[in-house]
Amino acid sequence: MSRLGLALGLGFLWAPILLLVGYAFSAGRIPFQWGGFSLRWFAALAADERMREAAWLSLRIAAGSATLAMLLGGLAGWALARFGVFRGRALFGALAGAPLVLPEVVTGLSLLLLFVVAQGAAERWFGWRLGRGAATILLAHATVGLAYVAVVVQSRLAGLDRGLEEAAADLGAGPFTVFRTITLPLIAPSLAAGWLLAFTLSLDDVVVASFVSGPAGTTLPMLVFSALKVGLTPEVNALATLILAAAGLATGVAGLIFARISSRGANGAG
Amino acid sequence: MALLRVEGLSKRFGPTLALDGLDLEVRPGEFLALLGGSGSGKSTLLRLVAGFEAPDSGRILLQGRDLAGLPPPARPLGMMFQNYALFPHLSVFDNVAYGLRREARPRAEIARRVAEALAMVGLEALAARRPHQLSGGQRQRVALVRALVKRPPLLLLDEPLGALDAGLRERTGFELRALQRATGAGFILVTHDQAEALALADRVAVLDRGRVAQCGPPAELYERPASRFVARFLGAANVLEGRVAADGAVEAAGGRLALDHGLAPGGALALALRPERIRLLAGPPPAVNAVAGTLRELAYRGDGWIALVALADGTELRVALPAAAAPPPPGSAVTLGWDAAALVPLAG
Amino acid sequence: MMRRLALLLPPYAWLLLLVAAPVAILLVVALAEAGPGVPPFLPPLAWDGGPVWAGSLDSLRALVADPYYAEALLRSVGVAGVTAALCLLLAYPMALGIAAARPAWRLPLLLLVLLPFWTGFLPRVGAWIGILRDGGWVNGVLAAFGMAPLRLLFTDAAMFLGMVHAYLPFAVLPLAAALLRRDLGLEEAAADLGAGRWVVFRSITLPLSLPAAAAGFLLVFIPAAGEFVIPELLGPPEAQLIGRVLWGEFFQNRDWPLAAALAVALLALLLLPIRLFQRLDRRP
Repeated sequence: MSRLGLALGLGFLWAPILLLVGYAFSAGRIPFQWGGFSLRWFAALAADERMREAAWLSLRIAAGSATLAMLLGGLAGWALARFGVFRGRALFGALAGAPLVLPEVVTGLSLLLLFVVAQGAAERWFGWRLGRGAATILLAHATVGLAYVAVVVQSRLAGLDRGLEEAAADLGAGPFTVFRTITLPLIAPSLAAGWLLAFTLSLDDVVVASFVSGPAGTTLPMLVFSALKVGLTPEVNALATLILAAAGLATGVAGLIFARISSRGANGAG
Repeated sequence: MALLRVEGLSKRFGPTLALDGLDLEVRPGEFLALLGGSGSGKSTLLRLVAGFEAPDSGRILLQGRDLAGLPPPARPLGMMFQNYALFPHLSVFDNVAYGLRREARPRAEIARRVAEALAMVGLEALAARRPHQLSGGQRQRVALVRALVKRPPLLLLDEPLGALDAGLRERTGFELRALQRATGAGFILVTHDQAEALALADRVAVLDRGRVAQCGPPAELYERPASRFVARFLGAANVLEGRVAADGAVEAAGGRLALDHGLAPGGALALALRPERIRLLAGPPPAVNAVAGTLRELAYRGDGWIALVALADGTELRVALPAAAAPPPPGSAVTLGWDAAALVPLAG
Repeated sequence: MMRRLALLLPPYAWLLLLVAAPVAILLVVALAEAGPGVPPFLPPLAWDGGPVWAGSLDSLRALVADPYYAEALLRSVGVAGVTAALCLLLAYPMALGIAAARPAWRLPLLLLVLLPFWTGFLPRVGAWIGILRDGGWVNGVLAAFGMAPLRLLFTDAAMFLGMVHAYLPFAVLPLAAALLRRDLGLEEAAADLGAGRWVVFRSITLPLSLPAAAAGFLLVFIPAAGEFVIPELLGPPEAQLIGRVLWGEFFQNRDWPLAAALAVALLALLLLPIRLFQRLDRRP
């Protein structure tokens, strides 16, 4: 019963994706008719300068915002898990968790309003004329990513025996040394996972980016969204196939690393 | 001079008073056991000494030096944690070397001292392993030498045998004693297991609600408990509530008890009576230090029997009977007797 | 203590500036009067020797007075609720299947559920467009059998397919985690007491997994209520959900105060589900 349910559910999840991938290699434009194997849509994708530019912009924004999110979210998660009770902790926790539950349209609109107010203030007080674009998208994505990293790191630390850090302190390690030699190595996988999550969310976001971007910043999802509005193009299929391949590759590599770590654990001397 | 002096230590967590003006002294090279149930404050005391919590009031002096304000890394003492707290991402060698590296010792010295320490507990062959590749007993020994390798004058052990199975506990206990003698360090061992405390320690401090109820050598605590709490906690002694009669004998449990108590007639007193000091008597009961009752329940313990005997006044006595003779069946009328020396007057 | 403050300050300042301040500004703009300038609203508080109220309650009033907005809110709640319920219905047997699988299979199966999430949101919506559109897969099959084509894209059904497809992993995760953690001894005890397989499931497994099911429901409901992309790309034009209406007021009508008021209304609507979710999330 449950096995059948699992098979049906996985089929529902994967069938559209597999159809899309298969179709990306078809030479024809009509989905139901196989036009013969072809890489022409990948070639068309590679030749599309707007796509290339948008992809490059998106990757830079994703990498930058994920890195900021990892640093700030790591600190936030650490503080929430290990600083005990401090003044303003409840507010801090609520703010760190808010981007996880705020609807995208609310996050996007409220951040845009902030940027508009900040632009106005910068012009009035300093005479600066600040534009919106890649920088504002990066700030917005870092804020959302921060919340995800904080959750991942906080739950990892909550599951870690506090005695480990106390034992290190007892053995003569000061707070910074405890962090460097014990805490950081133990949360490093969570930080990496959080970075990857923030990176993916940034690469996937169209709503928040559309709100906070200016005329200069068109990210890949924004471009894909407008392409989908006028109808599916085979280039989008090819693009989705590339994304899927990258995601599959990343999962495979992570799986291999995981398997190697656990087999090294089982074999004895490491 | 005492190795460790704890004076009037108090610590409150919210509404609970974990330590209530506790005083304690550990002598150099002494093995002291802190024995108490959950909530007695024994773990709190350890964490205050190690510096993980700050006391509300009171002083902690190590070798005459007040530890107030010193963070844990600056305190010259070692701690072995309840679940060992072995660093999962470091090898056995790196775990043991961790403390020495914090002192920035030369590489060669660290390698030599870690090797010596691991040899002391027979783990030199496992130096490259990670903690999760070790058995429970091996982990316990790594945690122990990791805490000892810096040669602290005082070692704190939080339930060091608690995570081991019964077969391993006794042997590991002997190893612990041997290691303590070899290093000459003072050991404070926290445990809720009275057998462990009595077997290992030079002195045992029984903790009750944040205070030391009694502190002394194991035999003294067992034979001469000072209070109802200690008598019941250690070896589950019977406590008889009595009153001194006009002729100086004590009337308790429906019988007349003869002992030295130094109280005036009419005074009330409590007496501890160990189950294994009570005997089954044949024939009519003697006039003093004997009572009649009914054997209610019987439990076989391997090395003997534990019987519950109900007396006429409703008191129930725990009686330990030797395995040699078959006890009477439940429901039998029995006569119980003991020596005057078996009765221990209790102060509190 | 100083060190802690120095470590806490960067994330705290960031969150105050980029989470607390924007929401506060949102509330203020919802009270502003729309105007022709850049930005297209007038500050609700002016300064004329002292603070002077220059705001307007028109936007908030419009939410109540104009049934278009109230309906959008209601419809969003309905669509989010149906989506979450459908997700749970699909997710429960899936989570049970994962929990019942051999240990070596559990992680790969879980990854198989999560991997679509990593393939990107838009490509998956795009896949549905390819399947459902007039010249798509379904109609191609129908045509091959000589049947008349169906209008599938831009319907409620298409929207729900897309929504469930997008959010299903969110419902599977907490359920699978709870079912993997469950104490099988309880089910054995119930069986030992004479309960058949169905009774064991109904009286033990299901009630004990209810908190996880509720968490899964809310995990889908909360983002689905404000969803914009899927109704826009798959749903019918008349499916004016709050996310779409807000988007339209902002980008097409340039009525920022009204868009802000809609955002505030959406937030108010989600406050209770969010509180519920956080309480469930904090359970041990």
